[in-house]
Amino acid sequence: MVTFNLLLNAVVSGILLGGFYAAVTIGITIAFGMLDIVNIAHPVFIVMGSFIAYLVNRMFGVDPIVTVIVASPLFFLLGVAIFRFYHAAFEGSGRGSLRGLAFFFGMLFVIEVTLLLAFGVDYRLVRTTYIGPNVGFAHIDLPLRMVMPFVGSIALVSGLHIFFGHTFVGRAIMAVAQDEFALSLMAVDTVAIRQLAFGIAIATAAIAGGFLIVIQPVEPSLGREYIGRVFAICVLGGMGSIPGTVIAAFILGVVETMTSTLWGPSWAPAVSFAALLLTLAVRPSGIMGR
Amino acid sequence: MSKHGIRQNHGKRALSPELSFDDNPIKGTRLTRRLFGRGFMTISALAACRALRASSALAAEPIKIGFGMAQSGPLGGNGKAALLAIEMWRDNINARGGLLGRPVQLIYYDDQTNPALIPGIYSKLFDIDKVDLVLGGYGTAVQAAALPIVMQRKQLLIGTGAVAVNDRYNYDKYFQMLPNGSTARTSTSEGFFQAAMTMEPKPKTVAIVGALTEFSHNVILGARENAEKFGLKIVYDSGYPPNQVEFGSIIRSIQAADPEVVFVASYPPDSAGVIRAAYEQKLQTRMFGGAMIGLQYAELKQQLGPMMNDVLSYEFYVPAPTTNFPGIKEFLAAYQERAKTAGADLLGFYLPPYAYAGMEILEKAVTATKGLEADAIGRYIHETTFDTVVGKVSFAANGDWAKPRLLYVQYRGIVGNDLDQFKEVGKQVIVEPQEFASGTLHYPFAASSH
Repeated sequence: MVTFNLLLNAVVSGILLGGFYAAVTIGITIAFGMLDIVNIAHPVFIVMGSFIAYLVNRMFGVDPIVTVIVASPLFFLLGVAIFRFYHAAFEGSGRGSLRGLAFFFGMLFVIEVTLLLAFGVDYRLVRTTYIGPNVGFAHIDLPLRMVMPFVGSIALVSGLHIFFGHTFVGRAIMAVAQDEFALSLMAVDTVAIRQLAFGIAIATAAIAGGFLIVIQPVEPSLGREYIGRVFAICVLGGMGSIPGTVIAAFILGVVETMTSTLWGPSWAPAVSFAALLLTLAVRPSGIMGR
Repeated sequence: MSKHGIRQNHGKRALSPELSFDDNPIKGTRLTRRLFGRGFMTISALAACRALRASSALAAEPIKIGFGMAQSGPLGGNGKAALLAIEMWRDNINARGGLLGRPVQLIYYDDQTNPALIPGIYSKLFDIDKVDLVLGGYGTAVQAAALPIVMQRKQLLIGTGAVAVNDRYNYDKYFQMLPNGSTARTSTSEGFFQAAMTMEPKPKTVAIVGALTEFSHNVILGARENAEKFGLKIVYDSGYPPNQVEFGSIIRSIQAADPEVVFVASYPPDSAGVIRAAYEQKLQTRMFGGAMIGLQYAELKQQLGPMMNDVLSYEFYVPAPTTNFPGIKEFLAAYQERAKTAGADLLGFYLPPYAYAGMEILEKAVTATKGLEADAIGRYIHETTFDTVVGKVSFAANGDWAKPRLLYVQYRGIVGNDLDQFKEVGKQVIVEPQEFASGTLHYPFAASSH
């Protein structure tokens, strides 16, 4: 029987889940939404972050979220290196983004196989003090395993929102997203700005990887499960809007858990994507799209 | 030196000194009967040598056994462990002189747990690699994809593990090694429901939930039939998509339905998600578990640790006085040693003994029929009861085990995350089937877990 408490908990669970979805999507919002780079390999970078968190947790017992925050500068440098190669091979030589898509598709497999060789095929989990305990108040259950990634995710997207809106470099990235050609006419090195933005996108993948392994066990090919979901959230949010991404992630999360509670989890993907189509029909540019 | 001279010089160097043109013993001599006899004997000896070389080459021609096996993807962990067991059999048989006196060569490809890759893999095995025998990989979906191709070639297929794949084909040369029994759809969950009915008072309600995949769907269909058979009312019945992340809302909905028994048919990441959510939500029910793939893996056992206490799930093997099959301890000791370097499951309780037993059966059938003829091997396997490392095995008409032997095991007294505790007798208590029971069901679920 569906009760008010059940619905309330479903909404809360959806918001917690949406927070996690926002973290895994924010990198796509930057790369795909702002820079027009179809980084289909983004989820596998997230899984890579998860495995680094796993390794450090297993060897030294360090908290996975702390590990990925520390590792994120390395991911930033990795993102910069990948962008340089991508730019030289595809963008710089005037080849279409379709070839770039093939490049990232290939990268997805290369990273997957590398993870397979390094970590094997088993599902990996981490141990932390907040996996298992539950906090509750006023008939609401809050599993810490979902709360911690949610808090981390909100901090991440808030930080990025402030960075993009209130710093010189952030505004430059937004300007590149808006009109790269106009910026280049003002003698701005747009490639350097795009490179920086792509590095940030990959750095967010590391942090999302820490959240992922707290929520569920990971194996090297898990990233594929997230490809459709992250691009859907990015499009629903308005392609390049950070607040839009967060709202879209919350919508998807809440729709999933509400559907799960009211009609059963088997309907959740259908209802979620129906909501996506409906929103796009009413507002083709997405929730916060311009 | 003239051009002609160079040619002559080359010609000399090309021949052995004994047979150089200058030293030719036949040069200028008449062909006598003795010379003819010597020549004939030499030619005969050379021919005999060539024939001997050819026959020994034929004897050394390996028997090629081909298969697709998940080495990546959701079931890659299982596939890797099964592959190690099959490789152990290959090493053993080659050390014993081979199969039919020929070495065994394994040709395998990673099917990535993806049934879409199966037609390509098996076509290559048959047409390019020219394998003599084929095996089936692990997983219902991949074996379901492989079986029609094998049927088309009229070949034999011994599958590592699948549920109800041959039900709609009834192919007489298909066998699969998991002990689900010939009515796999219902027998996979039967032990669970039998265990439930040992509770006093007997339960009246059940919740059924599982992943929307081939395996789980089959199991759920069987679970519904069993619920009806045992007179249990289904108060919650739902599937979830394979990429489900959040299980809290599912557990909460189950709790709202207030079932006495909760049956879950899940894949590895879901099993971890469901157990964690049940633990976090403090699920109040009398019995919780089901056909949960993943709980058999060393990694998940170790990581979930005490959260598994009181969960009732199926296993294929656990250490118990009732499962002391001849050769199993030696096999597992050898497997566990090799698994450390192979990166395979460290315990090897789940698939490896059954994958190895499948190869033992194939070996015995090929040896007994003295050939690789699929019809003869198939007939022999159907007619024979085999002694293997997993005990006595015989097959039903549909290629499943004639008698199901899925062990429903309750995890008890798991403390911390030490893997070695799972090697101890008593931490995984067999409650069904009664023939192998090493203890009785502990209930209610919530009391001891939280």
